[in-house]
Amino acid sequence: MKELDPLVFLAVFQEMLGPLLWVLLLLIIAGTAAFVVLLLKERTIVSRRLVRSELAGLAGGVLALILMAKVSSSGFTDAGGPADWFLIALVFGLGLAGTTILVYSAAGWRAQRQEAK
Amino acid sequence: MSREQEFRHVLKTLETAKLDRRGFLTLGAAGAGTLLLQPRSARAAEKTRTSARIVIAGAGAAGLAAASHLARQLEGAKITLIDARKEHFYQPGFTLVASGIKPQNYVVSSTAEYVPQGVELVPERVAEFDPEGNKVVTESGKSFPYDYLIVATGLKLDYAAIPGMDEAQIGKNGLGSIYHSPAAASATWQAMSAFADQGGVGVFQRPGTEMKCAGAPLKYTFVTDDYLRRRGTRDKSEIIYNSNNKGLFSVPIVSEKVRMLFKDRGVKVNYERTLQSIDLGKRIATFKTTDGTAELQYDFINVIPPMRAPDSVLNSPLPWKSGPWVAEGWMEVSKGNLRHVRFPNVFGVGDIAGVPKGKTAASVKWQVPVAVDHLVADIAGKQSDALYTGYTSCPLITRLGQAMLVEFDYENNLTPSFPGVIAPLEELWISWVMKTMALKPTYISMLRGRA
Repeated sequence: MKELDPLVFLAVFQEMLGPLLWVLLLLIIAGTAAFVVLLLKERTIVSRRLVRSELAGLAGGVLALILMAKVSSSGFTDAGGPADWFLIALVFGLGLAGTTILVYSAAGWRAQRQEAK
Repeated sequence: MSREQEFRHVLKTLETAKLDRRGFLTLGAAGAGTLLLQPRSARAAEKTRTSARIVIAGAGAAGLAAASHLARQLEGAKITLIDARKEHFYQPGFTLVASGIKPQNYVVSSTAEYVPQGVELVPERVAEFDPEGNKVVTESGKSFPYDYLIVATGLKLDYAAIPGMDEAQIGKNGLGSIYHSPAAASATWQAMSAFADQGGVGVFQRPGTEMKCAGAPLKYTFVTDDYLRRRGTRDKSEIIYNSNNKGLFSVPIVSEKVRMLFKDRGVKVNYERTLQSIDLGKRIATFKTTDGTAELQYDFINVIPPMRAPDSVLNSPLPWKSGPWVAEGWMEVSKGNLRHVRFPNVFGVGDIAGVPKGKTAASVKWQVPVAVDHLVADIAGKQSDALYTGYTSCPLITRLGQAMLVEFDYENNLTPSFPGVIAPLEELWISWVMKTMALKPTYISMLRGRA
């Protein structure tokens, strides 16, 4: 068939990650929503919280690389060319950004709840 | 349609085909975020109404993909899929099993789970093809008349052609053979791993016939070399690769690259040698050379037998009548559309097709839509301009964790899907990631006609 649609990608990723795909998707959607709502509510970015979240994000990036290596049966010295470094940077970047957003949102909502009390 | 419209249509088809191939491999690079989505084409939605009887002989990768494509494009057709084997093997994964990367069950599933709705699966083997009488006969004597036939029987591994070879011994006494079956691939891993612990002489070869994925014998040589290095036994070992002809790969530029890599890894190469016989007890492989025979004492050998068409095809009117493939029995099909040269209502796809390149899952991926397009056009009384250029791909593993994503066509052109990003002759981790992570899901999607 001379076409590709998002469902194919979904099928491929489902085959790749199994049930983990749904956990990840849920996490992405819920995390992004929580982040956006928090931003709207606070109407500012709390820089102290952001820096702390970014520190956690570094660990998240490393975790993403470990997960990638495990799923692809790779070692940690396999990079051979620019495309590999690009992929590594991308996986690390996604892990970093994802974790930062999640941690920032979680910390923000915790602060909100404490304020409410 | 005016000439100009026609020209535009062809251009558009070509453009879609190219994007499409890239899109297909993009699935592999999806982790890299280079997603390339394409809108659903309007064509897929239209179904052609027909009462045609279509028989598909063989439910491997090609047969199942063909069934899925036909079921999606036709309404009312009687599609019959004939194959005795209940298990489905993901054959591109055999090298990974034999390399200790994936477990044996990674490559085994069941045929039934991929058979599309409305397609009847007959659990029998085709015993006879009668293209003059437009029917096939199964082993139980049941006759299946057809209007269109797709032959996708795959090929026969001819172990019997090597005197001394015993398939039951695979995995024992330093004997490996990755192609035989999932169990044999796993047993080969045990034998190779034991060899890597001890070191010694590793002998590798490929047959003088056409074969499935000609990259596999090379991959396994590279992987064995890597295991010997990792286990500290490479220094006291010798690896000998025996090529059937003067090259290492059918595409000259790839052959040269492999020659350089073999030199780099200290792999000794013998050219123009084919395995003639083997003494499993004494671990001696006898090769036919240009001027006689040569014996090689081995501690580990990966036997790849000659390959040819199954008897049912070989003894039918379907194979080539002249040229190099008469003895091997590959089907005489047109290389651009896989249609039989003498029987226009018969198509041959996958390993059985007598075309210059391929016998890989990637070939199947690009052959099947073309053959099906021509078949459906026949039914609709139209002309199809779908063309198969011989495109195939081989993620040639050069060490654990790296591969070269080699893509090429009939003309020995390299046809990289990501020029400038993934260099075809570079050993890259990203190509390994595609092989280990993305190819199987993409393959499964292909069986379902979704990729």
